[in-house]
Amino acid sequence: MTPDVLIVGAGIVGAACARELRNAGVKVAVVERDLIGGGATAAGMGHLLVLDDNEPELALTKLSVALWHSIAPQLPAPAEFWKCGTLWVAADDVELAGAREKLAVYRKHGLQAELLDDATLYEVEPHLRPGLAGGLRAPGDAVVYAPVATRWMLADVRVTHGRVVELIDGGVRLADGSVLRAGAVVLATGASSLIDGLAVRPRKGHLAITDRYPGFARHQIIELSYLQSAQGESNESVAFNVQPRPTGQLLIGSSRQYGVDDSAIDDPILARMLARAFEYMPALAQCNVIRTWTGFRASTPDKLPLIGKYGEGLYLATGHEGLGVTTSLGTAKILAAAVLGTPSPIPPEPYDARRFCARND
Amino acid sequence: MSKYDIAILGAGPAGLAAARAITGKRVALIDDNPRAGGQIWRAAPQIEIGSNITFIAAARVFHITDHFTLHTDRAGIIEAPKLILATGARELFVPFPGWTSPGVFGAGGLQALVKSGLEVKRKRVVVAGSGPLLMAVAATLRKNGAKVLAVVEQAPLQRLLAFLKRYPSKLPQAIALKASLLGVPQITGAWPIKFDGGKLTLSNGRALDVDFLACGFGLIPNTEAARLLGCRIDDGFVAVDSKQMTSIPDVYCAGEPTGIGGLDKALAEGRAAGLAASGLTPPKSPSRAFVRDLAETFRLDPALAALATPDTIVCRCEDVTRETLDPHRTWREAKLQTRCGMGACQGRICGPITAQLYGWCAESVRPPLVPVEAQRLKIANTGK
Amino acid sequence: MHVTINNRDVEVRENTTVLAALWNNGIAAPALCAMGVCMACRVTIDGARHQLACQTECKEGMRVEV
Ligand SMILES: Cc1cc2nc3c(=O)[nH]c(=O)nc-3n(C[C@H](O)[C@H](O)[C@H](O)COP(=O)(O)OP(=O)(O)OC[C@H]3O[C@@H](n4cnc5c(N)ncnc54)[C@H](O)[C@@H]3O)c2cc1C
Ligand SMILES: Cc1cc2nc3c(=O)[nH]c(=O)nc-3n(C[C@H](O)[C@H](O)[C@H](O)COP(=O)(O)OP(=O)(O)OC[C@H]3O[C@@H](n4cnc5c(N)ncnc54)[C@H](O)[C@@H]3O)c2cc1C
Ligand code: FES
Repeated sequence: MTPDVLIVGAGIVGAACARELRNAGVKVAVVERDLIGGGATAAGMGHLLVLDDNEPELALTKLSVALWHSIAPQLPAPAEFWKCGTLWVAADDVELAGAREKLAVYRKHGLQAELLDDATLYEVEPHLRPGLAGGLRAPGDAVVYAPVATRWMLADVRVTHGRVVELIDGGVRLADGSVLRAGAVVLATGASSLIDGLAVRPRKGHLAITDRYPGFARHQIIELSYLQSAQGESNESVAFNVQPRPTGQLLIGSSRQYGVDDSAIDDPILARMLARAFEYMPALAQCNVIRTWTGFRASTPDKLPLIGKYGEGLYLATGHEGLGVTTSLGTAKILAAAVLGTPSPIPPEPYDARRFCARND
Repeated sequence: MSKYDIAILGAGPAGLAAARAITGKRVALIDDNPRAGGQIWRAAPQIEIGSNITFIAAARVFHITDHFTLHTDRAGIIEAPKLILATGARELFVPFPGWTSPGVFGAGGLQALVKSGLEVKRKRVVVAGSGPLLMAVAATLRKNGAKVLAVVEQAPLQRLLAFLKRYPSKLPQAIALKASLLGVPQITGAWPIKFDGGKLTLSNGRALDVDFLACGFGLIPNTEAARLLGCRIDDGFVAVDSKQMTSIPDVYCAGEPTGIGGLDKALAEGRAAGLAASGLTPPKSPSRAFVRDLAETFRLDPALAALATPDTIVCRCEDVTRETLDPHRTWREAKLQTRCGMGACQGRICGPITAQLYGWCAESVRPPLVPVEAQRLKIANTGK
Repeated sequence: MHVTINNRDVEVRENTTVLAALWNNGIAAPALCAMGVCMACRVTIDGARHQLACQTECKEGMRVEV
């Protein structure tokens, strides 16, 4: 069978695109060099959140979180979907003012959110350090265990094992020399690219997970200055970002590093990341860490993904930085619209796959 | 931070023999147990160590950096330019219905527990599994007043006899053990198939009411520290040269991690590693034929892989059952999709089990080697 | 020597690990390897969670919760 569409990469983005196209009646196949959901998808935190740094990011995350809620009832239990909400922590009055602005944006877009004063903050998260100014709670945000969700999305899709080494007319060539043909090819290869000069850079992240401490935290808790770390261009940054797992474990993040392609744990960065976490939640220092790991985000210059047509019969769905689990579902809608020539649920231009080519030439 | 000339990781026979062989150098001997002796001697070490040795008890090394900085959970940071890994072995388990019930321990496990204060007087115990350890465990239990109802070895009798014929030097030991177990039925070619509320069923049809089942199917080398350091591993064991040196300069390895061979091998290798690390020439290391013959004698019956039923738990940390694992093709896939191996033991127990059941290879070591307080991990990673 | 197990005062002998003390006092605490590998025996000791019962020796006045 020659599929109408061949998707390269069985991360959560490729899987979501495959599911969307298949549901639209398209013949889809996926080719993956490693494990389903074994790339960035296996490393990320799986926090499903609305972010409002700019309009396109807000539009895509809002659409995507809504889509996650709509599929949540169908997800298998091991996907551990949990609407725990996000708690943005303001360290001082300046950040609290930032939280107020964020609240206004959320309200304007019909999203639930509430400002917490310091007293309420400690009531809901007693392990936060004293002296914080307050917080913003976004109860609609959730978490998901992405590798299982990814596999679920591909339940009815043919996944071939193979590493694509070359894009050819009407298909792809694999490392073993064989050729897979398709009407169109979608590259959902995350941080590794098959196109020379594509504006995607790997951005390394570290995570640590603890033993089980049920009830230690109730929300995904992030410092408000996280956004500077995520949006900034600095070569190395860390931010406090803790996620309670349904198992009672605590997932501690996160770091961002450019220019490293080695997956080994970088001791000083991990130390800085942990130090930052202890600053906000001192009792974390006494929790046992059982494992650490790293992963690579696919980062673009403007931190927005590349979604849509790139060339004749060639589409992209990549560049999702630290938000790809969340935005996989919205991405799939936009990509499917581009492939099928149907209207996109949100304006697709900001994510245009060719936007950096145009600037370059 | 404390500085030494040589650090020895593990205070079992190999580590103690290494320590003993070193003179005129400052040595740190580190073990995670409260007392020296390792699994065999447990708290009653039969080697005395000199005053140049500092024994650091109840400290777990969770990270090794530089050349060499050992980060421990309770004894701070220890530095030494030479390192001897004498990390011993752990038991291999075979899941069968009921193996996760209270009262079922490893064979070496129950022995260790008795040596650390468990009272077994008049308790009914069956010792089962495989390997020379079973008889020693049964003897310890009996000495402590337990009623050992049977010793059940999975290997067939012919293989055991052939082994003893090849190694007559082990005969007196075997006879002494046997004498101390007079009256205890010793069953070969059989194994537990079910444990339910104190009722143990064996593959030969026998059913026994027991208080404890001590059950282990041989030993798995503890190679995590060696892997973290990047030492070459051959066929699951740490590769060493004639001076017990690993592929990483100044890292030596002795005892079970280089091949499961028991006490005599551990003592000889420990001594050789100690001498070599002190800059002396160790005697020629003994032949490895014994290691191979031991493995061959006690090789597991393939039928054991069929004992776990679909709902038998394989990964105890995360309660992952056999039927959940069956559809997966690799360790990493199973881990990502089922949480198998993601728990506190990090696959130390279920990794070797899935290697037996599915042929998976479960090795991916990184810091922390063992669960450790986040603040310790932070300090270790800050470096100096 | 005395330790407290789940708020009950019990007597233990010298050189007894917490795991042995638990079983000697009728508490069938989960455990497998008794050598610090399987992590099944984690208990709370003097308020610190996730301590290995099999590798911790009892000390006078120790509080253990399972
Ligand atoms: C939400 C969530 C929760 C998780 N919870 C747990 C948990 O409770 N317990 C747990 O153990 N894991 C947990 N994980 C971690 C995760 O399963 C893996 O640890 C992670 O994907 C790394 O893979 P690995 O360790 O299975 O495989 P590995 O075999 O270690 O390798 C997988 C990948 O890591 C890279 N890698 C190889 N060596 C290193 C190295 N030295 N350092 C860093 N990367 C390396 C490889 O290139 C490979 O791509 C969780 C992950 C997520 C997303
Ligand atoms: C530390 C960290 C924390 C994160 N936290 C979050 C979070 O909380 N919330 C969130 O939404 N996102 C988070 N992310 C981001 C998220 O994990 C990624 O954006 C997302 O997983 C990307 O999915 P993907 O499918 O694009 O990439 P991947 O999962 O990397 O998938 C790409 C796949 O393509 C395959 N592939 C690549 N090249 C080839 C080839 N030539 N041939 C065949 N196959 C190929 C790869 O093997 C891989 O499986 C985090 C990321 C990191 C690193
Ligand atoms: S019983 Fe296995 S770690 Fe204590």
